[in-house]
Amino acid sequence: MTTGTANHVQLILKENVVDVSGSRVREDAQKFLQIETGRVKSAKVFSILHNLTPAQVEAFANESLKDSILHEVRINTLYTNPDFQSQLVISKLPGVTDDEGVSAQKALCDYFDMPFDYSRQIIFTHEIFYFEKELNRAQLDSIASELLGNPLINHFEFAFDGAIRFVPQVQMRADTSTETINIFVSDEQLLRLSKDLLLALDLKEMQAIHKYFKDEKVQAARKQARMPELPTDAELEILAQTWSEHCKHKEFSAKISYKDLDTGEEKEIDSLFKTYIQGSTKKITEQLAAKGKHWLLKVFSDNAGVVRIDDRRVFIWKVETHNSPSALDPYGGALTGIVGVNRDPLGTGVGGGKLLFNTNVLCFGSPYYKGELLPGQLHPRRIMSGVVKGIEDGGNKCGIPTVNGSIVFDERYSGKPLVFAGTGAVMDANYKGVDSWNKPIDNGDRIVMAGGRVGKDGIHGATFSSMEIDEHSPRSAVQIGSPITQKNMSDFMIRAAKEGLIKSSTDNGAGGLSSSIGELATITSGAVVELHKVPLKYAGLKPWEIFVSESQERMSLVVETQNVDALFKRAEEYEVELTDIGYFNSSGFLEVHYETERICYLNLDFLHEGVPKKHLFAEWRAPRLSEPALKNELDYNRVLLDLLGGLNICSREPVIRRYDHEVKGKSVIKPLMGAQGVAPQDAAVMRLDFESWAGLAIANGILPRYGDIDAYEMSAGSFDEALRGIIAVGGELPDETNEANGFWTVNDNFCVPDSVFNEEGNPDGRYKLAQLVRMNEALYDSSTFFNIPMTSGKDSMKNDFIKGKVKISVPPTILYSMVAKVADARKVVTAEFKQAGDLIYLVGKTYDELGASEFYKIFGELGANVPRVRREEARRIYKKMMGANRQRLIVSAHDISDGGLAVALAESAFGGDFGAVIELPDDRLSLNAALFAESHSRFVVSIAPENREIFETIFGPDAQFLGSVSATKKLHISKNGKAIIHLEIEKMLNTWRTGLEF
Amino acid sequence: MKKIKSLILTGYGINCEEEMAAAYELAGADARIVHLSDIFADRIAIHDYQILNFPGGFSFGDDLGSAKVLGNKFKFKPMASGKRFMDELQQFLSDGKYILGVCNGFQALVKMGLLPNTGGNSDQEATLTHNDSGKFEDRWVRIRVNEKARTPYLNGLDFFDVPVRHGEGKLIFKDEEIRTAVLKQNLNCLEYVDKQGDSTAEYPLNPNGSELNCAGLTDPSGQVFGLMPHPEAYLSLYNHPDWGKKKRKNPDISEEGQGLALFKNIIEKLK
Repeated sequence: MTTGTANHVQLILKENVVDVSGSRVREDAQKFLQIETGRVKSAKVFSILHNLTPAQVEAFANESLKDSILHEVRINTLYTNPDFQSQLVISKLPGVTDDEGVSAQKALCDYFDMPFDYSRQIIFTHEIFYFEKELNRAQLDSIASELLGNPLINHFEFAFDGAIRFVPQVQMRADTSTETINIFVSDEQLLRLSKDLLLALDLKEMQAIHKYFKDEKVQAARKQARMPELPTDAELEILAQTWSEHCKHKEFSAKISYKDLDTGEEKEIDSLFKTYIQGSTKKITEQLAAKGKHWLLKVFSDNAGVVRIDDRRVFIWKVETHNSPSALDPYGGALTGIVGVNRDPLGTGVGGGKLLFNTNVLCFGSPYYKGELLPGQLHPRRIMSGVVKGIEDGGNKCGIPTVNGSIVFDERYSGKPLVFAGTGAVMDANYKGVDSWNKPIDNGDRIVMAGGRVGKDGIHGATFSSMEIDEHSPRSAVQIGSPITQKNMSDFMIRAAKEGLIKSSTDNGAGGLSSSIGELATITSGAVVELHKVPLKYAGLKPWEIFVSESQERMSLVVETQNVDALFKRAEEYEVELTDIGYFNSSGFLEVHYETERICYLNLDFLHEGVPKKHLFAEWRAPRLSEPALKNELDYNRVLLDLLGGLNICSREPVIRRYDHEVKGKSVIKPLMGAQGVAPQDAAVMRLDFESWAGLAIANGILPRYGDIDAYEMSAGSFDEALRGIIAVGGELPDETNEANGFWTVNDNFCVPDSVFNEEGNPDGRYKLAQLVRMNEALYDSSTFFNIPMTSGKDSMKNDFIKGKVKISVPPTILYSMVAKVADARKVVTAEFKQAGDLIYLVGKTYDELGASEFYKIFGELGANVPRVRREEARRIYKKMMGANRQRLIVSAHDISDGGLAVALAESAFGGDFGAVIELPDDRLSLNAALFAESHSRFVVSIAPENREIFETIFGPDAQFLGSVSATKKLHISKNGKAIIHLEIEKMLNTWRTGLEF
Repeated sequence: MKKIKSLILTGYGINCEEEMAAAYELAGADARIVHLSDIFADRIAIHDYQILNFPGGFSFGDDLGSAKVLGNKFKFKPMASGKRFMDELQQFLSDGKYILGVCNGFQALVKMGLLPNTGGNSDQEATLTHNDSGKFEDRWVRIRVNEKARTPYLNGLDFFDVPVRHGEGKLIFKDEEIRTAVLKQNLNCLEYVDKQGDSTAEYPLNPNGSELNCAGLTDPSGQVFGLMPHPEAYLSLYNHPDWGKKKRKNPDISEEGQGLALFKNIIEKLK
């Protein structure tokens, strides 16, 4: 790297300013790495590669970069100090997003009044840390790669003498050639080719491609189009991207032979997706139509599902996963996941929906893990802190409230974490008279790329996420998002769509242009892309790399020719870069040009329909389990405290506070409520606007540990958990509500380990696949029973971390994310007790169901009696909850889940100022089950004493009287008059609030 | 009667414009959200409005420090007319009009030198930097209003609850001289307080470690007012984390949020 023309400007904090960043590093190094650094001083350096006079550099540094209250400026001769014996310089690797550098460049352009040149990054940033103590190389390395950076995206220097030596300019030799690849070879060589080129295609798929290119008609057409007989590298890459598991969901589309070894039952399933997911929604659509409900507008056929809010507006939403990238670079992976899922609702239909909220569900290994790590495996605490920071920046910097979420801890997530990210949006129902959720494209419409530039980042992202991670995982799979780039783009799209300048749009996500244009092209049946027009971050990308790159913050817009100029003008003002890169036609082919050369000419039918169907095998045998013999007389105070402080139950406050959960001013139920702002809630509620009180309730359900007993009940229970969260806050079932557009919309997200049988690598693959089938069956049964439809979703199939012979696989996991319309957000119910003297009830029935409970986990037991959802009973209870809410009887309602009744009672008392006096019903249930069973469809409810009679009339035996809210801040639980639990609320609260530190 | 016109800036990472506009509409004003590109292209003149608002957000990602790039743009970048936005603001103020900055908007006003501006020459006299906690935090705080506060936004108010949502809200003054001037002129119009209503440096009641426990500033004229907390996020009772208990206690409680009072005040003043 040459730095001959570079000027380096350093900002150093003045002596009297607290170095917050430095102190944080010192604390974290001590706490997490057991390294004593002494005092830490932090500083920032801007390397400016632009022809400026020394006077200009000085002026820019002092007037534009420096904060005169905080900083001292040094130029070219940078700060050193013998009092600090060690130093660490952290730079970005070439090509890695450097938002701060770009912003500094914008400031430079404003300062000198010159136009911003998107094609050239001229400012690069570095961080320097000075440590008081002398640290050895290993210690510095540990601080660098475990605390402050990541060798996959950062360059580290472990000493600093005052001179910057590394500036991450990208310098590549331009190689814009396109080659052909010989696929007319043996099967063995085909497989080798797939592996060497990172295509992630299996033999059948390679053979299908082979067959296509051997086809006489294809050969004739190619000859006429002056294409070579063999596929070009671009064509092969496009096929691999389009056919990736990530894009084509091959396992969810496969034929499955299922055998139940317990009952002998056998069946053939022709595509899990078609049978259960699409199948359930199809049935629900018919059932809803029969009831005169027509709010389901678009399902599964676009980037996100669409439902109707009212005549003026539609609601769009999508939840998906970003697991593999988060395992490699937790911050970048999560950030990219957030801004990526934002683009799904933004690019649905015409596009330009206003992003309303984010929700995130995360699965990690324990942050307190003390054992060894495998090569390439990051510590769970490090993954968690990076992911949380990524979600924080992704939401906060785009002004989208992160309204709720969930975190699950299980050691099996310590190889690959799961990062589910969801975004909801509201779009005008029509733009200038056109239904907004349709995606019209006509012959001749222009293809316009909007947003970030294209670099090497993210190449092979789609295929990569379909492969297991190993130590050879390519660096280009790591990307860092740029929230500000995307914020500008989304502001621009909202305005341009309203102005009628955008005809349709879609997101450039996995597979890049290849995937977005490849899919849009099916609407007109053809497209021509002129690849040399695509703006690059830096020279030197091969044409195929440009087409499949997954560089972030990009959308593809469909624009009518007469609107192109107006659109470009608007974009310039919003600081969004647009490029016209081609047009749609009806040739039947996806055609890609690079300058005068045609590098891709693929039949669209083959591209989208040519992938061979897989045939997979599943075998179910229920695990042979039994209930443990536990003492029935335990120290229940101790047990309850252990549960409250346990990782899966304790407060998420340290995470929640870092997410802006109320920007936009529409929040009604936040994740934490009550006088002290610490009481946990079951669902988020927000208004849609400031003109009416119509709102949304948003909840998630995820219970992976139940799958250790039965994947069907795990899936059914997760569905119920999300559903009852919405019922708890006052939501109404779609069949029962009087609201004309009382919609419910669900995103299902499957994250499973490799479920394809393989004698060596995956001997229990058939059982895992059977688990997946059962999860799908429960999805179908639950959704069709309640008429609550899946409208979009995602599957992630290979969540295994493999190193040599060691494999860490996630447990089969399904997340249901639900949104329901709330007619009047002022009438919702929060979870915390609100007044002394109010009466407390248990709504719903507790069964002897401690299997896979948090209670058993304390004793290292699994048990056998996993909670079962009894749907008829659940519906009856939910209808009663609705009835009571319509009469405004319920003062507080908290759903009972992890930790059972005892934990729900404690949490209900965290609202502040109150306790509760409880006498357990005199029934035959064991104390353990009564207190800690996690039976579904239950609530802790409080009501005003004067409403006792009417409440009990509504509920009958479905509500059992437990006691009352007390002014004494204690939780007192007895049975038959004998005290079982007696704890200060403050003590429980402290335990619960301090369980999670990371 | 003609409505008061309030202009709300947006663009480049500003993101609280909607609720800010709602606040003014609910207070009876005519609110208009305008993208900064329309201002810099001189398609819209701030002088057609009586109030100019800098809402919260993450302008330019808060790169180079919160609101730094935005503040620079106002100071240095010429508009289509060749004028600088900063000069337009001076004109706006000499016409006796009002400027409000919340969170990122407050940070911009401070870094541009419009607050506290004890010297009257728009030199930077203070800054807002990283919270002592080192973290972005969203939490509700209790605020006491300086009874001698100079801005009409705070007329008749004594205490209110309000959310803070920032990573860089710690106010630092340039030196003792500025600090004294601020105190003397009562420019420190808002303070973080504890349950008893006393000024506090204790975390998290004071969420960032600000000097003087200061949550907001005015300039000596009282025309420029900025604060870290978000009154526009407390327009309705239902924004408050404890609304459930408040309503249980008093079912007839007003559905208006305390934050709306600030906006009603300025509209009342200008009417």
